[in-house]
Amino acid sequence: MASASAKKIRPKYLSLPALLFEIRLPVPGWVSILHRISGALLFFPFLAWLLWMLDSSLSSESAFQHMKGYLALPLVKLGALVLVWAYCHHFCAGIRYLLLDLDLGVDLKTARLTSWVVIVAGLALTAIFGARLW
Amino acid sequence: MRRIVVGAHYGLRDWLAQRVTAAIMALYTLVVGAVLLKNSPFTYTAWKELFAQGWMRVATLLFAASLAWHAWVGVRDILMDYVKPDGLRLALQVFTLLLIAGYVGWAIQILWR
Repeated sequence: MASASAKKIRPKYLSLPALLFEIRLPVPGWVSILHRISGALLFFPFLAWLLWMLDSSLSSESAFQHMKGYLALPLVKLGALVLVWAYCHHFCAGIRYLLLDLDLGVDLKTARLTSWVVIVAGLALTAIFGARLW
Repeated sequence: MRRIVVGAHYGLRDWLAQRVTAAIMALYTLVVGAVLLKNSPFTYTAWKELFAQGWMRVATLLFAASLAWHAWVGVRDILMDYVKPDGLRLALQVFTLLLIAGYVGWAIQILWR
């Protein structure tokens, strides 16, 4: 008769489907990985894109108008919306980490609550700025 | 003499730098955001005048410098976590530094044209 421990297969290797579907990240984990992803996206390619737009928009009146037209293109709008979300999420999550570093909101209940606040605030700010810009 | 290569406090320095630069950038975001919201409608003349002002140029340069340091710590952390082969990691870190230098140079060129 096999014992219960013999049935366990160890070590368990993490496959991509396991990473995507089996492991459920807690909410603070989502804030953390999204902070990383948004930060990486902001560094590249969004910063290069922003500098290019700033350069172009400041170079002349006609280039400025051209840039306004460029920003009205649907695909560009979508890209800009992702940029705005990345900035807002990174901003809100960053402030949460600054507070955590000051030992504010470190207990589990508060940490979960502020995680939800960060995720919702990031999306809400994106919606507000998105609506304001267009 | 046995040298210990850890514990030189560069970890603490970078950790602190990332937070100080974050605070600077957050402040810039709020101030410039408020100026932009107040200045609407958004015209070329207003846009050009905003970036012609001395305080705006210096503040934006400070933002760029903060971003350079902040992004270096962040991207280096990401590379240290996910890129295990030493050669590839070193190459990506050098590429990151070159990209940061390029960004800063470009920003200065835009600000003082």
